[in-house]
Amino acid sequence: MSANVSNRHEESAVYVYQIPLRLWHWINALAVVVLVVTGYLIASPLSSVPGEASENFLMGYIRFTHFTAGYVLAIGFLFRIYWSIVGNALSREIFLPPVHRLDWWKGVLHEIRWYLFLTREPKTYLGHNPLATIAMHVMFVWGTVFMIVTGFALYGEGTGMGSWQYELFSAWVIPLFGQSQDVHTWHHLVMWYLVIFVIAHVYVAVREDIMSNQSVLSAMITGWRTFRKPGNPGAD
Amino acid sequence: MTETFYEVMRRQGISRRSFLKFCSLTAAALGLGPQFAGKIAHAMETKPRIPVLWLHGLECTCCSESFIRSAHPLAKDVILSMVSLDYDDTIMAASGHQAEAIVDEIVEKYKGNYLVAVEGNPPLNEDGMYCIIGGKPFVEQLRYATEHCKAIISWGSCASYGCVQAARPNPTRATPVHKVITGKPIIKVPGCPPIAEVMTAVITYLLTFEQIPELDRQGRPKMFYSQRIHDKCYRRPHFDAGQFVESWDDEGARKGYCLYKMGCKGPTTYNACSTIRWNEGTSFPIQAGHGCIGCSEDGFWDKGSWYARLTDIKQFGVEANADRIGGGLAAVVGSAVAVHAAVSAVKHKEHQEEKKGDE
Ligand code: HEM
Ligand code: HEM
Ligand code: SF4
Repeated sequence: MSANVSNRHEESAVYVYQIPLRLWHWINALAVVVLVVTGYLIASPLSSVPGEASENFLMGYIRFTHFTAGYVLAIGFLFRIYWSIVGNALSREIFLPPVHRLDWWKGVLHEIRWYLFLTREPKTYLGHNPLATIAMHVMFVWGTVFMIVTGFALYGEGTGMGSWQYELFSAWVIPLFGQSQDVHTWHHLVMWYLVIFVIAHVYVAVREDIMSNQSVLSAMITGWRTFRKPGNPGAD
Repeated sequence: MTETFYEVMRRQGISRRSFLKFCSLTAAALGLGPQFAGKIAHAMETKPRIPVLWLHGLECTCCSESFIRSAHPLAKDVILSMVSLDYDDTIMAASGHQAEAIVDEIVEKYKGNYLVAVEGNPPLNEDGMYCIIGGKPFVEQLRYATEHCKAIISWGSCASYGCVQAARPNPTRATPVHKVITGKPIIKVPGCPPIAEVMTAVITYLLTFEQIPELDRQGRPKMFYSQRIHDKCYRRPHFDAGQFVESWDDEGARKGYCLYKMGCKGPTTYNACSTIRWNEGTSFPIQAGHGCIGCSEDGFWDKGSWYARLTDIKQFGVEANADRIGGGLAAVVGSAVAVHAAVSAVKHKEHQEEKKGDE
């Protein structure tokens, strides 16, 4: 199955995103938003709360929420890898961008021109547009792997030597970065890397939904990609 | 041939009673059960004494200063008397050529069966001329003394990581011991200085068991460096509650709130200060109202302010923390998106109208 569809397509709607993938997308999106907010508050906590220490657990709850969302993100990501094996061909795109295909690279070029307003007519794709695929691979996939690895390394410091988090992650990640403080710094920096992805991603999703000839937002909700001018490739 | 530890101690005027007390104190300090006191005593009575060469490179002697303030005077006296028998620039009686001759003697006589404790580190620039011992660069003495040793103890952050003399830009190229000497077991006991009880316990363990204590991946004895200050900090309930000192002298400071926002490095520092404490268990920095500065961690001088939670990042040619770099970039991308959205809206409208016109 080809992820690229030429401008001259017959069908008006194709089922592209299967239910598990859509569920994963929204759960994952929620987890990331929660992680960014709580992570930021871990580094720059809110103003002190009054009263006795024993009556309050604000920082504790914020950290607990962060770790819970961290587990959701990590387990979801493992599931997403599994799904890329058993799911439809499009489910592999973000892990293995089809870099060996020339027409895919032409698509990348076209998308760059499209976002620079150098082309007036959008192309349509069954899967993600090629530029989006690159961003999803380079920024989302690897950014998330990085956050999971460093996140669990930090988490293992709390659970302590002997815990699986420590032995599996902290034991090698912390010496690799130098010391714990450096792991914090990188975990924090890459948060912004993901934030940048999300800003661009959400913007582009909305923009394409309005300006391209295919459905984008609803595709991630219903799973169906609809094409605006069935049988009519547009004004080119 | 050589004397046992016990014989040395007796010769130093230590009574049998004190000796046994020392054994049980040591067992306790090492976190071993009381039955180990007997084992330690037995080892010390039967094993020939292992000589220790205590070398000093670029450093401030704070490790020695800490060591001689050990909470168990007995432990200190015993170890010190054993160590000073051999070589330690700052506390031995001998001096000059006589002192340097001791190193030769020990290296020759005890080949493969003596310990080298290093305080400070060798500077490597200018062939090591920034630290001269007995007319020769320290790095030469270090290489010579460690060539046939059994194991090396890297005292303090200097020997373990480089510490202040290795801080950027490190003009003398001060280099931690493990980067100069390879192929020997090295026990790192970081801290600026390390805690006295930790030092005496580590050296006693080595001398009595003739075996290296269990180390973590970075070469630190697990029994003292497996937890962060933050894990056992008595202010931790305030951290979890979300009660922080927001500025020096505020109400929170008076109430003993958590020092996280004042840049406390307890959450990233592995050491035993919050459990063993300092000066015979009297206090430690956080108890005195100041955040931990992370002195037992690699490169703690180069991580920016001690009073800021977020580390300064210098790799990108700018000095800023993660929020300023990452947040700045995110703001740029956000503005770019806003502009792009505006242009897109205009173009889209034009396009729609054109199409309408066509129809
Ligand atoms: C309100 C917020 C969001 C909206 C409206 C949204 C919308 C979408 C849409 C419409 C797609 C399909 C794009 C296409 O058909 O080419 C998509 C895919 C994707 N989104 Fe989001 N998204 C949101 C938040 C996020 C967040 C927070 C993340 C994670 C950082 C994320 C990660 C992804 C990934 C990785 C894909 C690729 C899915 C795959 O192939 O597995 N999204 N998103
Ligand atoms: C999108 C993913 C994530 C984001 C954006 C994120 C963000 C952050 C941020 C900004 C911090 C503060 C760092 C600092 O000290 O400057 C932090 C700390 C931390 N994060 Fe994450 N994180 C993510 C994923 C994870 C995961 C998967 C885990 C694993 C369970 C995790 C565990 C932790 C831990 C243990 C800390 C340290 C908490 C403390 O020092 O009290 N994070 N995170
Ligand atoms: S004072 Fe420092 S070590 Fe203690 S709880 Fe607060 S941050 Fe942690």
